[in-house]
Amino acid sequence: MKTLDPLAGPIAPGVLSKTEQELRTAFLEEIDRIPGGGRLNQCIQCGTCTASCPVSHAMDITPRQVIAMFRAGAIEELLESRTIWLCASCYHCTLRCPAQIQVTDLIYALKRIAIEEGIFPKRFPVHVMSETFTKNVKRYGRNYEVGLLLRYFLRTKPLGLFAQRRAGYALWRHGRIKLRPDKIKNIEQLQKIIAKAETFDLPQEKVAREKVTAAVGYESIGR
Amino acid sequence: MDTRYTYYPGCSLHATGIAYDKSMRAVFKKLGSELSELEDWNCCGATAYMSVQKTVAFAVSARNLALAEKTGDDVVAPCSACYYALKHTREGMQGDPELRVQVEEALAAGGLEADLSVEVRHPLEVLLTDIGIPRLVEAQTHSLDQFRPACYYGCQIVRPFGAVDEDPELPMSMENLFTALGARPVDYPPKVRCCGGMLVATMPEVATELSTDLVDWAVAREANCIVTVCPLCQSNLDLINVTKGGNGVSHQLPVLYFTQLIGLAIGCTPEEVGMQHALIPPAAEAPPVRGEPLTIAGLREG
Repeated sequence: MKTLDPLAGPIAPGVLSKTEQELRTAFLEEIDRIPGGGRLNQCIQCGTCTASCPVSHAMDITPRQVIAMFRAGAIEELLESRTIWLCASCYHCTLRCPAQIQVTDLIYALKRIAIEEGIFPKRFPVHVMSETFTKNVKRYGRNYEVGLLLRYFLRTKPLGLFAQRRAGYALWRHGRIKLRPDKIKNIEQLQKIIAKAETFDLPQEKVAREKVTAAVGYESIGR
Repeated sequence: MDTRYTYYPGCSLHATGIAYDKSMRAVFKKLGSELSELEDWNCCGATAYMSVQKTVAFAVSARNLALAEKTGDDVVAPCSACYYALKHTREGMQGDPELRVQVEEALAAGGLEADLSVEVRHPLEVLLTDIGIPRLVEAQTHSLDQFRPACYYGCQIVRPFGAVDEDPELPMSMENLFTALGARPVDYPPKVRCCGGMLVATMPEVATELSTDLVDWAVAREANCIVTVCPLCQSNLDLINVTKGGNGVSHQLPVLYFTQLIGLAIGCTPEEVGMQHALIPPAAEAPPVRGEPLTIAGLREG
């Protein structure tokens, strides 16, 4: 995990640190590949997203501020906030945004950059859930709820498992817990598909990250 | 009727959502529609895969679409996350030629191809459009007039694609359906609010707050059950009965799937629709005859 660089974020209007420049480039690459990602420019900071978000009260940075912080060039700080990992993908912001910004999909893009770059909020290992989930799918082809939760809690907060015991017992007693994972028959086929698809996700982003743009700050937003 | 559908149960319906699986099969069978489970389906990717890798998330989901094209029947996905992920994949590939080329290349590595010819649909929309309320009423054998359901739609079947209703902020299709079947749905303002989803594991204190709110609303409106369309919503709300939620109060409110209620109305037994799996057991008495109310323990007096 990277520690917060006091020089991260805008040094002066229009001047950004090297890390920020790189993160900005990576993020712009990501949002360029989201349908309607370019609409981010059209945010009028009305706050409809924050007002619609069911979990904004628990966030340290609200969805409206996420866009403002991106524009101000504070992406590293953004990735270190709890906000992006609190999004439950309910799409209320996306539905209501008057500028039709795909806010939920932008949050997904930020999650991917955070995982790729290894930048997370301190003592907040929520991203482990998504990573464990994808490992399960690669191995079995399906998601195994019990295995996913066990692995997640053991890796992040073993005591949390204890807190879930009543819920677990109630589900088990009603025949809703499966004791072994389902594995698909043609797992090799799925693994081949995943391996091929990964070639489109990983290296391209790496290449993009190496270049440092000269034009930073507000100029790069207006493109 | 011999309508056929490709059934995509998704991972939850094989475990925590087993009652949804049973009631889906029972209802479609009773109505004479054929549900054939997609052979060797894999995980849709849900919300988690998109957080890690984008093209892989689309490719994993697209394998299911490619497999479904072999029969060409519409895909019916009961879980909201599966419905969203599969539909998002189809629409994403249709709308982004570059993504489509990449996903097609990935599928080709597994010897598959997808021409995106099959539709992805939610069973609520299928039952309302293909079967329709008049035929459901015609098939009705049991009255639902003891039920005062709070109809809860949740997130991903109404947003962003809008599976069932023209109005994504205030859907009414379940209310209309259950009113026609004799139930008395209550006015339930938070019907499209989020239940907390996967936050139940990652941020339980936040998720519990959201689910507790939803249950409290239903109790305040004097509902005697909550009806859901998604296995994660169902288990999140049902678990509030066990864990007592944020305010330490357990309302013991049954949380059912819409297919369970339809099943009871058209003459399926409580076992057939998986009532035994609900945490607040709605243990049914002797099978009622047409017009007589169902006697289900655990239901509050309406």
